[in-house]
Amino acid sequence: MRLLRDLVRTPEGAIGLGILAALVLVALFAPMLSAGDPLRIAGRALLPPFTDPAFPLGTDRLGRDVLAGILHGTRTSLAVGLAAALAAIAIGLCVGLTAGFAGGLVDEGLMRIVDAFQIVPSFLLALAFVSVIGASVPVVVLAIALGAWADPARLTRAQVLSIRERDYVASARVIGMHPAEIAFREILPNALPPVLALSAIIVAAAILTEAALSFLGLGDPNVVTWGSMIAEGRNILRSSPSLSIFPGIALVVTVVGVYLFSEGLTKALGGRRLEP
Amino acid sequence: MTLLAIENLSKRFSSGGREVVAVSDVSLTLGPGETLGLVGASGSGKSTLARILMRLLPADGGAIRFEGKDWLSLSGANLRHRRARMQMVFQDVLGAFNPRATVASVLNDPLRIHNIVPKAGRATEIAMLLDRVGLPANYAERSIREVSGGQRQRIAIARAIATKPSLIVLDEAVSALDVSIRGKILELLVELQEERGISYLFVSHDLAVLRAVSHRIAVMDAGRLVETGPMRQVIENPQSPAARALVHAVPRLLTEPTEGPSHDV
Repeated sequence: MRLLRDLVRTPEGAIGLGILAALVLVALFAPMLSAGDPLRIAGRALLPPFTDPAFPLGTDRLGRDVLAGILHGTRTSLAVGLAAALAAIAIGLCVGLTAGFAGGLVDEGLMRIVDAFQIVPSFLLALAFVSVIGASVPVVVLAIALGAWADPARLTRAQVLSIRERDYVASARVIGMHPAEIAFREILPNALPPVLALSAIIVAAAILTEAALSFLGLGDPNVVTWGSMIAEGRNILRSSPSLSIFPGIALVVTVVGVYLFSEGLTKALGGRRLEP
Repeated sequence: MTLLAIENLSKRFSSGGREVVAVSDVSLTLGPGETLGLVGASGSGKSTLARILMRLLPADGGAIRFEGKDWLSLSGANLRHRRARMQMVFQDVLGAFNPRATVASVLNDPLRIHNIVPKAGRATEIAMLLDRVGLPANYAERSIREVSGGQRQRIAIARAIATKPSLIVLDEAVSALDVSIRGKILELLVELQEERGISYLFVSHDLAVLRAVSHRIAVMDAGRLVETGPMRQVIENPQSPAARALVHAVPRLLTEPTEGPSHDV
């Protein structure tokens, strides 16, 4: 709760949180804001925006409602972004903690695997993964997570290694604290803040990767996504640029919101820590 | 009877193929209720010695007997249990506490781990500990980040005496403190010693501090113990070059303090 208060106190955090809250509300209430399948043909094709009150943002080449697509696309973008980031952080934390605590050969082995994943460009990895296994939401989530878990793993390991040597861990040993309690009460909570701050950036990257995959036609064809909408509009970019511009704006707003949120989170967490 | 006997302790660090001898063949004894000042320049191995003694670092060779038992062979639950008898106060008043801790949780940990008092009595015990080190009982609710350096060192001392130890290792315990607070913390330590008969191994580079609290002084240089003796003897008549250098480094031990306003500019 105190973290939330600190977060709102920073301007970035307040704006980011506001944008994200609005997006989450849109995602949650998308079926109510625009009933029916967003992929259905709803009206005349290529209706320009701001002309028909029934289709405020117009329709695309097949007569699908652009506003409905954007509203429902929020769901896919946020769900895929959050799920992928969550999976990446979970894998990264487990690997990083194991490597940091175990040390020795286990550490070496795990870190070489991390190296391998960091060397391969994460988008290429996701692209290859989806092309081989096939496009569906869980596969896209996994593909993005595969390219994103290495950074949090490395950061967590570095945090554990640094905190393990702090005097307060030594003093916990001196008072006879059990090693498991030292790991979970003294080290882990203090290792987390930078990883959490990183996680917001991973969410933003995951949303962009998802959009890029959809743009290339490797997203789940049964759900509407901003990336696929932009790709759809690309063919007639000169005559109806709005088809690509509106989902593009939605994407930009979302990513900026996540970044601001992460910036605020970093500041709020930074202010709470003692060490310079 | 000796409380602590260190025999032929040695420790080497190897970094990048280069071997550094941190502690070499050091033997020391410490009696109950006694303060041994361990002095030496930076890198003389005194902090390493303190950390080996606290079982924070493994020794390469030698033996330590503490309260009549072999201290270095203890491990696991036995070691954790016996740690109650030997506590430590660290130099870094910021780093020695989990930044998320409150004053109460810092003092509660040793009481809980060693079951010093039953759960119901812990709040009272924490208040008593705070009172003993000269802090008001309502400090218990504060976050550790909200108290000043001197107060933190008082809390560190309260944490160290919570388990009723017979020996406290003070690793540069007042070096990071403001000079005006330093004297008060030293007074508190001496009071506690008179009251509870605790022994201190006081590690410091500052002979002026050690002179105020030590019964005996041991001088280390480049990992070796070069001189031990009663405090007055070592300070007034240092035998080894290292001890002489340390005494010379504290000018007020040799020259009478000058009177007059020219002193405090």
